Amino acid sequence: MSIMQDSREATMVGRRSDGTPVRRPLSPHLQVYDMLQMTSALSISHRITGVIWSVGAAVMVWWLVAAASGPEAFATVQWFLGSFIGILFLMGLTGAAWFHTLAGVRHLLWDAGWGYDIPTVYKTGRAVLVGTGVLTAATWLALLMSW
Amino acid sequence: MATFTLPKNSTISKGKHYPAPHGAKKVRSFKIYRWNPDDGENPRTDTYDIDLDACGPMVLDALIKIKNEVDTTLTFRRSCREGICGSCSMNIDGLNTLACLKPIEDVKGEVRIHPLPHMPVVKDLVPDLSQIYAQLRSVEPWLKADTPPPPDGERLQSKEERAKLDGLWECILCFCCSTACPSYWWNGDRYLGPAVLLQAYRWIADSRDEATGERLDALEDPFKLYRCHTIMNCARTCPKGLNPGQAIGEIKKMLAERQV
Repeated sequence: MSIMQDSREATMVGRRSDGTPVRRPLSPHLQVYDMLQMTSALSISHRITGVIWSVGAAVMVWWLVAAASGPEAFATVQWFLGSFIGILFLMGLTGAAWFHTLAGVRHLLWDAGWGYDIPTVYKTGRAVLVGTGVLTAATWLALLMSW
Repeated sequence: MATFTLPKNSTISKGKHYPAPHGAKKVRSFKIYRWNPDDGENPRTDTYDIDLDACGPMVLDALIKIKNEVDTTLTFRRSCREGICGSCSMNIDGLNTLACLKPIEDVKGEVRIHPLPHMPVVKDLVPDLSQIYAQLRSVEPWLKADTPPPPDGERLQSKEERAKLDGLWECILCFCCSTACPSYWWNGDRYLGPAVLLQAYRWIADSRDEATGERLDALEDPFKLYRCHTIMNCARTCPKGLNPGQAIGEIKKMLAERQV
């Protein structure tokens, strides 16, 4: 049982023409709204990549703890992260980290009062997307070259 | 709490189809959300095929044509038909806008029309706005001053002071922005939403208002103001080209600046 009731509940009850109460429907939202527009799409991506990055931090802790536990535990983690799935996972993590960082800078600029007009919102949004691609590729290129 | 699916009584079923008259050449389908409190059924989508050669250019023209000539039970709000009253705000082709300002030609294919999103439906395209009006009342959107006005005239502003209100006073309270905001969908019981926060800032930014401190105090709240995550759907959808997201950003900045 929730203690805090949604105050909007009061407006969910209406009247029929004969005066009897009727439960009103909630108008469709995610079902009909254009959620692929850059504004909300980048916003939800920022949140999702933030969650992914937290998972990545947990994996790094796993890696460090294994390194401290001994060569056998470390070898297991190294084997997983070096496998095809592991590398794919790390690549995804790099992409998420770059996206979250760049989108975070965008949020900092907004908090400083800059970049609210819609053309700029779209320009910086595209910059975040292109930047994520370029920096993720560059990171892995640098990694593979120094392997 | 955020619930991403619609409640059971709100899912939309397929409705009736009203074909275009014989000989119509430029036919366009309008898929319109319908709900009638009296028939005890779930909402449905009715399809009206309209001859654009015999219809005005705007979506509102088509709605009025349908109500006049095809189906008199279709219910929607409208008044000025020129984007100044804010009555005919609705979701058209996935974005909120005013039906009177939205050219039919701008929509590719079927014209899908729904009420403003995540709102209680009174009937068809008419949402219940009492919650959002109560929120507007809560920011006390009027001039507050202890100093009496000069006895021989109005309270004067410099041109620069007056310019600060541009982009704020033009808001017509159609609530396209608030109902386009996912944060308002999930937290609209306590989050004030872009339209009301823009109104709040309109008075904070007014040089003649003397309640700036109290206004900022009232907004310094994790829910009322800080559920804004700068998603920017508000500015993207505003039919008047205003920027509620920026107004909210200015409020946040003033709150941060008065801490130092």
